[in-house]
Amino acid sequence: MAKEKLKVAFYWAASCGGCEIAVLDINEKILDVIQIADIVFWPVAVDVKYKDVENMPDKYIDVCFFNGGIRNSEQEHMAKLLRKKSKLLIAYGACAHLGGVPGLANVADKKEIFEKVYKTTFSTDNPSYATPKASLHVKEGEVDIPEFYDTVLPLDKVVDVDYYVPGCPPAVERTTFALDAIAKGELPTKGSVLAPVKSVCDECPRKKENKKIAKIYRTYEKAPEPERCLLEQGIICMGPATRGGCGGARCLKADMPCTGCGGPCPNAPEQGAAMISALASILGLEEEKEKYSDEDVEKLMSQVKDPIGTFYMYALAASILGRRVMKK
Amino acid sequence: MKKVMIDPITRLEGHGKVAIFLDDAGEVANAYLQIPELRGFERFCIGRKAEDMPVLTSRICGVCPVAHHFAAAKALDAAFNVEPPSAAKKLRELMYAAYFIYDHTLHFYYLGGPDFVVGPDAPPEKRNIIGVIEKVGLEVGKEVIKHRAYGQRMTEIIGGKATHPVCGLPGGMSKALNEDGRKEIEMMAESSVKFAQFTLKLFHDLVLGNSKYVDMIKSPSYTHKTYYMGLVDKNNKVNFYDGDVRVVDQSGNEFLKFAPKDYLNNVAEHVEEWTYTKMPYLKKVGWKGLVDGKDSGIYRVGPLGRLNASNGMATPLAQAEYDVMYKTLGGKPVHSTLAFHWARLIELLYATERALELSRDPEITSTDIRAKPGEPGEGVGVVEAARGTLFHHYMLDKDALIKDVNLIVATTNNYPAICMSIRDAAKGLIHGGNVDQGILNKVEMAFRAYDPCFGCATHYAVGQMPLTVEIYNSQKKLVKTLRR
Repeated sequence: MAKEKLKVAFYWAASCGGCEIAVLDINEKILDVIQIADIVFWPVAVDVKYKDVENMPDKYIDVCFFNGGIRNSEQEHMAKLLRKKSKLLIAYGACAHLGGVPGLANVADKKEIFEKVYKTTFSTDNPSYATPKASLHVKEGEVDIPEFYDTVLPLDKVVDVDYYVPGCPPAVERTTFALDAIAKGELPTKGSVLAPVKSVCDECPRKKENKKIAKIYRTYEKAPEPERCLLEQGIICMGPATRGGCGGARCLKADMPCTGCGGPCPNAPEQGAAMISALASILGLEEEKEKYSDEDVEKLMSQVKDPIGTFYMYALAASILGRRVMKK
Repeated sequence: MKKVMIDPITRLEGHGKVAIFLDDAGEVANAYLQIPELRGFERFCIGRKAEDMPVLTSRICGVCPVAHHFAAAKALDAAFNVEPPSAAKKLRELMYAAYFIYDHTLHFYYLGGPDFVVGPDAPPEKRNIIGVIEKVGLEVGKEVIKHRAYGQRMTEIIGGKATHPVCGLPGGMSKALNEDGRKEIEMMAESSVKFAQFTLKLFHDLVLGNSKYVDMIKSPSYTHKTYYMGLVDKNNKVNFYDGDVRVVDQSGNEFLKFAPKDYLNNVAEHVEEWTYTKMPYLKKVGWKGLVDGKDSGIYRVGPLGRLNASNGMATPLAQAEYDVMYKTLGGKPVHSTLAFHWARLIELLYATERALELSRDPEITSTDIRAKPGEPGEGVGVVEAARGTLFHHYMLDKDALIKDVNLIVATTNNYPAICMSIRDAAKGLIHGGNVDQGILNKVEMAFRAYDPCFGCATHYAVGQMPLTVEIYNSQKKLVKTLRR
């Protein structure tokens, strides 16, 4: 007798759909997956509705891959519902793991976001400043949409998470690693990030010469030499502060820097701080501080434009910064 | 009044739900397609580094990241007043064609197609890619998987990553294509042309060969007379990557033709309180509510919008199929929403032919792919995303940080029309309070035809965050504190 098939669910919250594509990117392997698993919920691909999920017994789903952060009340509800219905809940991709790019919205609050989107964007024509309402009486009756929150939260700030699959989106090898571990029942300790403990730097083929830099270049200002470390050429690369397992420093292969989608390395959980520290040392501030006046240091560091976007592109919502202080 | 919900709508990218109101006789009084999500990109992109925009905005949509990536790169070309070298433009267009190959394949076989291939009334558990594979056979299923993967692989070769590429820079591309990569792309493009032809044949056999489906395509429940919009080249042929925006009216006559930078004179957005997504319309006509016809500024974009707004396709095989479509469906423009599916497959064929042409272009492996950007300013970038015209507009400050952003995203353009399509399909299909899952699925087919991406349509959030940087030396002694 064949073993009973695994019941698998996929769901998306505040995300872009790239994580769904990352699942499809396992290509023919999807045919093997459906031999051992039934997909019981996956809005992008199968016609199962929310009420069907509500009707499932608790712990009915064996594994739920949840991508996207929590930005509104529906997403919070679905996170809690899927937690209740699933034996294992996996935060899949950078948004569920760390808030991701949409987590950068924590630089603003609901009011400011609404003002920009529904009032001051160039093409918006809205003189009475109408804005979406969570509950609204229309001619025919009541219609409702989820409540938009001030703050984006990673999945584990809302419910208990069993495992994390990092990346924006996760590399094929991260997805297949997770699927294999589940199929074989060989999962590590609960709470683990299912990725190697190495950094992107450790996996990058570029040559490092332990050179210090005096000037920081933006990517459009300089075509880098193809074989050398970008950071040592003055281009900020998040490689030293970012967990690897992304398929061998893929962005670097296109001559562009790592922007940090794998999240922090296990030994330095505050990703932005770890990168600032790495940058300070390559800027030569650590050993040669006697050489630099305060103004020199200020000048060097002021070359870093937009530190939030640079050091926390994916991890602001999960960082100790979390969000900008709310105006009362 | 009774309310019937479809929540969530499925087999599309992103979130949505439909609220259908039935009167006492069980007839449809109204239906609302509500988009329950918003992310606020226009706000949180402010203060970011300009060159990060192609990487940030690709996160609007992981299904069409290439569209956002290059709309952003083109907006930056304009904002830095720099013209990318010819080889860089070709490389971008090649990657762009590859993106259309995987995206249109995804829609036909995984998202919209199951309704036709497996059948609109088939049990819900069969109406998906797995049901499609059961129907067409495993061998064909493997070809589908292979060619969707080819589209992704071509994109990855040029862009670093397929989902969320990193190659686009103001003034060009980060890396040249080498001969090995070119050969691999040529092989995949060649195979994709045959696959696109096969897919069209499948469409002819399964859909056009079935009178029930043809009647459905032509039925008034799925028809709207609107304006149509798309990018065209100098000969008014469809172009995905570059050109002017052309709009035709309900009779197919040119109504507008404008350069991307002039979009604000031509398009505006209306806000409704029952949904998070805005409703664009043609400024010259105005917002008249969710109605079609000449006096309503509602227009449609995407495959059918582009084909209607153009004079044809720039490649021979796609042009032949373009002629067949208009001949079969009674001339231009075609107003039937379900014809989007056919138009999409014609574009798939065009994308494969164009990818093959570009893979054989002697200039495609040139290393002259970066021009030096000028001073930062303001710029608009427009491309055709798989789902329609995509506008990115940025204002940069003197440090090349983003001062202001406006985005009108492909599916957003279609949102007013999709709302009408859902409402009218519900009105045409639901009578006497009789609602079952097959009927509700046929209501959903009205939006699926558009291949909407409500991920994209919910992009809509900066100011400088206070940040303190404390620099410690290796003895953990505080060396410096910086605040901004």
